[in-house]
Amino acid sequence: MEIKREDIIHLADLSDFSLSESEITSLGQDLQGIIGYISQLEELDTDNTKPTYQVFEMENVWRADEILPQDATREELLALTKEEKDNQIKVPKVL
Amino acid sequence: MKIANKKVTAERLVRDALEKAKHFADYNIFTFLNEEGALEKAREIDAKIARGEEVGRLAGVPYALKDNFLSPEGQTAAASHILEGFVSPVTATAVEKLEAEGAIMVGRTNMDAFAHGSSTENSYFGPTHNACDKERVAGGSSGGSAVAVALDIVEFATGTDTGGSIRQPASFNGVYGLKPTYGTISRYGVVAMASSTDCIGFFTKTPDDMNLLMEIASGQDEKDLTTLPDYYDNAGAKKITKVGIIKDFDNNSVHPEIRKALQNKIELLKSKGYEIVDLEMPALKYALAAYYIIVPAEVASNLSRYDGVRYGFRSEKSEDLDALYKNTRGEGFMPENKRRIMIGNFVLSSGFYDAYFLKAAKARTLIVQEYTKAFEKCDFILSPVTPNPAFKLGEKTSDPVTMYLEDAMTVPLNLAGVPGLTIPAGKTEDGVALGLQLIGPRRSDKNLIEFSKELI
Repeated sequence: MEIKREDIIHLADLSDFSLSESEITSLGQDLQGIIGYISQLEELDTDNTKPTYQVFEMENVWRADEILPQDATREELLALTKEEKDNQIKVPKVL
Repeated sequence: MKIANKKVTAERLVRDALEKAKHFADYNIFTFLNEEGALEKAREIDAKIARGEEVGRLAGVPYALKDNFLSPEGQTAAASHILEGFVSPVTATAVEKLEAEGAIMVGRTNMDAFAHGSSTENSYFGPTHNACDKERVAGGSSGGSAVAVALDIVEFATGTDTGGSIRQPASFNGVYGLKPTYGTISRYGVVAMASSTDCIGFFTKTPDDMNLLMEIASGQDEKDLTTLPDYYDNAGAKKITKVGIIKDFDNNSVHPEIRKALQNKIELLKSKGYEIVDLEMPALKYALAAYYIIVPAEVASNLSRYDGVRYGFRSEKSEDLDALYKNTRGEGFMPENKRRIMIGNFVLSSGFYDAYFLKAAKARTLIVQEYTKAFEKCDFILSPVTPNPAFKLGEKTSDPVTMYLEDAMTVPLNLAGVPGLTIPAGKTEDGVALGLQLIGPRRSDKNLIEFSKELI
């Protein structure tokens, strides 16, 4: 399939990136090549084959619904942000 | 490996490692040198030894930590821009276990940003150079770790292997590198790439060192519910008699010197009485395409958390919150990170999900079945790690698919969750290191490491 300029802009939007004009061009070429390569899977006969999403042998690993001690304190975590006010993370306006 | 004792102090071992790290600075191996922290820990261990107190199995052993392992020593940036300045308040389980035995981190190693790459050229800090030939790549994504061990700066280094990121750089630099069975070592506190294939492992100079590290680092962790119950022992070990060779990998697309190295090891095994079994594994041909669908899908999900709000880099020129996300991610990710996130969102988007993601998940089933069938015919498999030895810096950066093709022989193991150990296998005529990988069934890791001694 052909990857168009609007496809790249749409994928960048889904991915939450801003892209420069030159990136739209270069990523367009790159993604065209990659999608061309991965499309060869069409050849493989997968009729009657179930999908595998994970290769861990166990399922439904449960633990008691208890609050476990945390490795980091609220203060340590807040210290990682660029701007903090009244124990909250400060960001630019939302609307 | 060299361990601190009454004759050799931990401080001496750490000072030697730091001196060597500085001596080889132009290889661009480290993103951070832990000079003060490492020396302080070394002195504590020396004091314990002087007092006759018990010390751990890795007392005073200097090691290098791949930059995607969280610890409060140095920033954990995964060699990216978007995590710049992030000093973790938490420590990875693997790091805790190593340090509890007295191992001392002397530096954080360079890597492809977020482990996306096969050459360490996608690092925000620039590429690492190959230990044998500075014009060539270190391999990747754990390039810095492989070179740190190959140049004898440290006794061992940590790595992560999502599609070959330990085995390939180990092969390119002539050291041992293990990707264990999926779930063997806790992934807690390691920057996630693709959760269904990510594995923690090591680079060492000997099989015995690898075994010791696995004994220490493996085991169930309540902080990672995909860790296997303790199994790393010889309980299930069986006598090895048959070694399989994948016929599908024996063709002209594999470099002649790698085929020769494989043939040499086959002759060695035959001379020791092992039976060589030819295997046909036709589905492996599709593993790379399946991998570059499944892994980007998981990458797109795992990397959605980096938004500039809570930690790391934040773009300064944003008027509103949406622009902050878009600018931070646009400026903070490397081109390869963007490619993988966008491909992931492509294969998961409505209209393409069935043709790509679901199709790849079905291909994965066929690949798992192919290994199961193979291990009914043989005990272990011996295979090339890559089609070519270490390539020149810049040789494959202009075309991502050309770079991906180097992963064709490493990714099938990650899709199936089986262990693979890179073993050194000599050098090319030009002096470039060669390696081969030994592949075993799930949970055969200990036996696999032991068996690798037969190939020395």
